[in-house]
Amino acid sequence: MSLVFAGVCSHGPGITGRRAMAASDDADSLYAAMDGMRQALEASRPDALVVIAAEHFANFFMDNMPAYCIGMGEEYEGPIENPQWLGIQRTQVPGAPDLSRRIIEHTLQEVDVAYAQEWKFDHGIMVPLHFLTPRYDLPVIPVNINCQGPPITPLHRAWAFGKALRKACDAVRERIAIVGTGGISHWPATPDSGKINEPWDRDFLQRWASNDRSRLLAYTDEQTYFEAGQGGFEIRTFIAVSGATEGCTATVHYYRPIPIFAVGCTVGIVSLEGQI
Amino acid sequence: MSLYYLQKLLYQLNRDPRLQQQFFADKASVLAAYKLDDQEVEAVEKPDIGMLYILGVNGQILMHYAAMCGYAWPEYIQAMRDALAVHGNVRAGLYVTTDGKGAV
Repeated sequence: MSLVFAGVCSHGPGITGRRAMAASDDADSLYAAMDGMRQALEASRPDALVVIAAEHFANFFMDNMPAYCIGMGEEYEGPIENPQWLGIQRTQVPGAPDLSRRIIEHTLQEVDVAYAQEWKFDHGIMVPLHFLTPRYDLPVIPVNINCQGPPITPLHRAWAFGKALRKACDAVRERIAIVGTGGISHWPATPDSGKINEPWDRDFLQRWASNDRSRLLAYTDEQTYFEAGQGGFEIRTFIAVSGATEGCTATVHYYRPIPIFAVGCTVGIVSLEGQI
Repeated sequence: MSLYYLQKLLYQLNRDPRLQQQFFADKASVLAAYKLDDQEVEAVEKPDIGMLYILGVNGQILMHYAAMCGYAWPEYIQAMRDALAVHGNVRAGLYVTTDGKGAV
């Protein structure tokens, strides 16, 4: 089959863990947007959901840090964090090991990736799943791009990875959904938590929605760090989705800076018409 | 400085409940397995979350250790801000290049 859904969303742990500290309209509107994304995802009738995430030292550390890793487990557990802290109960999430293996094999034709048969989901995956697959009944294939511990993969490689992943999706019989999840500008878990560069975010989202490869890849990490914080490195997850949907425009259904959630909260869906 | 091992200790504590149990029952028995200097050991044992930030621990690792030690989110943020006021710049790691403030 092919790709039947592609989108992006935020994953900040405060979205669920600090909901009570947020203005009700901020939380309610974001939650409604995430539910809209869930409905669109379900309408695409996927057999599996690939989540391109930027995990935060839950599974991968600087003793052996892969630039890219794809899960190949039968099941996954999450969240690794304290469930009360995150506001999400610990649960088992089904994997799709056979499908994962085929996707990894196809992806390896184009780019080098690591694989993992064990994976504990942190908020980077659990927050999206909490909204998008609340019954945890859709098989998930986790993907990680190291966005935390430099040196990190160049942006053009994130695009190439997305393209390779798309070719892999096209080569399998199952219906595949892809969700990229990351922050745009943010300074998470630092004294500047809550700072958001809204103009930078909106400019990035315009580039993302128009699938503008040259402008998406034009950032340097130094520039991103100073203008968008260390959390800005997570744009790689959005760029990978753009690479996977090259030539397709997208719609940003929701964007709102919510400081207590430490990020400009975002929901975007790619228009795949004509490609499915 | 041994930031790598300091972060490795906290990373492993964050993801291993049995290590957490051992740590809070007998911190020295866990700390002995990591190459830490005296200042790092003191900051972990106390815990001095602000000093751990100054020493360069990544916030994505540190925030979980802070929560494990009973810090509410505002307390965690304030501990780092207070430490910057007292000790000055972050000394190593990802945040050192921004004059210790983690942002422009």
